[in-house]
Amino acid sequence: MRSAELKTEDSELPTGNGTNSSSVPRLAFRGPRSQDPAWVRFGLTALALVAMTVLVVIPVISVFYEALAEGLGTYWTNLTGDPDTRHSVLLTLAVAPLAVICNVVFGIAAAWAIARFNFRGRTLLVTLIDVPFSVSPVVAGLMFVLLFGLQGALGPWLRANGFQVLFTVPGLVLATTFVTLPFVARELIPVMEAIGPDEELAALSLGANGRQIFWRITLPNIKWGLLYGVILCNARAMGEFGAVYVVSGRIAGETCTMPLQVEVLFQDFNSPAAFALASVLTMLAVVTLLLKVWVEGRVRGQRAEKSHG
Amino acid sequence: MSITAQNVTKRFGDFVALDNVTVECPAGALVALLGPSGGGKTTLLRIIAGLEVPDSGTVLFRDDDISKRSARDRNVGFVFQHYALFRHMTVFENVAFGLRVRKWPEQKVRDRVKELLHLVRLEEKAAQYPANLSGGQKQRIALVRALAPEPKVLLLDEPFGALDAKVRAELRDWLRRFHDELHVTSIFVTHDQEEAFEVADRVVVLNKGRIEQQGMPIEVFEHPANEFVMDFLGNVNKLPVRVEGGRALLGETGTVELPAKLFGNGASGRTDAYIRPHELDISRTADGGNCMLGRIVHINPAGSVVKVRLLAEDFGLMINVDVTPDRYKALALKPNETVYVTPKSAKIFESDYSI
Repeated sequence: MRSAELKTEDSELPTGNGTNSSSVPRLAFRGPRSQDPAWVRFGLTALALVAMTVLVVIPVISVFYEALAEGLGTYWTNLTGDPDTRHSVLLTLAVAPLAVICNVVFGIAAAWAIARFNFRGRTLLVTLIDVPFSVSPVVAGLMFVLLFGLQGALGPWLRANGFQVLFTVPGLVLATTFVTLPFVARELIPVMEAIGPDEELAALSLGANGRQIFWRITLPNIKWGLLYGVILCNARAMGEFGAVYVVSGRIAGETCTMPLQVEVLFQDFNSPAAFALASVLTMLAVVTLLLKVWVEGRVRGQRAEKSHG
Repeated sequence: MSITAQNVTKRFGDFVALDNVTVECPAGALVALLGPSGGGKTTLLRIIAGLEVPDSGTVLFRDDDISKRSARDRNVGFVFQHYALFRHMTVFENVAFGLRVRKWPEQKVRDRVKELLHLVRLEEKAAQYPANLSGGQKQRIALVRALAPEPKVLLLDEPFGALDAKVRAELRDWLRRFHDELHVTSIFVTHDQEEAFEVADRVVVLNKGRIEQQGMPIEVFEHPANEFVMDFLGNVNKLPVRVEGGRALLGETGTVELPAKLFGNGASGRTDAYIRPHELDISRTADGGNCMLGRIVHINPAGSVVKVRLLAEDFGLMINVDVTPDRYKALALKPNETVYVTPKSAKIFESDYSI
């Protein structure tokens, strides 16, 4: 029995390098791929390139082309001349970070509860976290209208106490937070489960209090996963349209975020301005993408380090 | 400082991890919690440390009931099975952690960490990260990290479980010497009876959430309280016997009587007798008459005793016998020879046949 086990292990690891588990799939993969006929390899590669060009490269280039069609000067005027457009940029740069902060707090709390405790309703919570992914953002927006509107469940009471949620910045943050809710939690749950509770318990028995454990042990261990979640969350928050469209009331210069302002400008047949603003959103997305690639490398590095340790 | 766990019960759903367990550890002793996995050893250790909350029962340090105190305030050093070193901190910072959270002045922290790293001869690793240490080095760092804040009690969960045999043996000796120098009341969990007997002053045998026996290693080894302990301590021949008229007879026809102390009067029935390998004798002639025939299957001469494995064909039993090297040479034993095996003593446990 014992020798049989050893034999299967050997056949899976022809190099005999038992410590590097990542070599297994790579070795298994290299064989069949190099045997594929040339036309299959070239065909598939070409297909992928054509799809990427049509779906991603051409649209992105055309955004910048349209934006800059009338020259850099006009581009700059289009971006900075209109106070509503200027406001929309600032508004997005305020709403997105606020939503990210809400999500970081919620994400860490939810991931901690789910990864560290086995409580009644744990599975339900895991499922509920995913609801914003499956609900259409427009429906999410309508939900808030029903909840906080004048005929809604909480609207009249809040209005009586001097709070207004719909058509205000808090409403935008709320809707954006809802739509991006799963990003941080989803990213942190597997990280925290993989790390396990032992280091935190060790810190506790060494005399650390809850605050010290969080800042000195938990946070350093999850920081790359957290940053990755934040980047994804931020990208989604800046680009959010549907839910924000419904709750904002689209008051130009007040509740129009960048994506909403792009739409407003476009509807006004002001294409150059719409594309100029869209190009700013695109640039933000590219920066996010680069950050994401960098952080992914760090996350992978950290995981490799852990599996060796 | 002595440790007492009194009437501790802990359930996980339907599973009873600890069933009304009471354990006492005298001040300054090194105690082994020994038992098969799932026996409740680790749960008991974690309850003493405050990392787990018992359903009922109390934990006393000397005479203080500390059951309600958080793990943080118990001043217990806990060494985790998989070390649980802080992976993002250097070795130095790992050891310093318990002192920093207690706000020791920087100079005292440095001195204490240096002293401890010197103690385990790992000063040159101070700036390394745990990922760059070997298993034995991680274990030693985990130990001094736990000892840094000068705990009154040291708890170790399977301290050598994840190490290979040679490192294990070294660290075992080292732990014993370490304990003799420091005299911190220590409890360690192990499933390895050899480890428990070699290192501990006192052994507590736990099985299925209950204590089977506790006492000095020699007491437990020489007077096992029941079949489980006898069996778990290993190296024992388990032979089916008939009890009849105050005698324990081997096999159906009952030609061999085992010299076991019997309980009760005149009770009869079937049970198992336990004989350790050194309690059997091998000879070329059947002088006493009270012996069985055995064919030698295997001889292992490596070690301080020669281990002989025989098949007693009359009873269909495999029997292990330990003989001294001198006796082995005098008898000139070879595989496939048939010899006489005489039991010098045997043990039968009351509960098995008195009902």
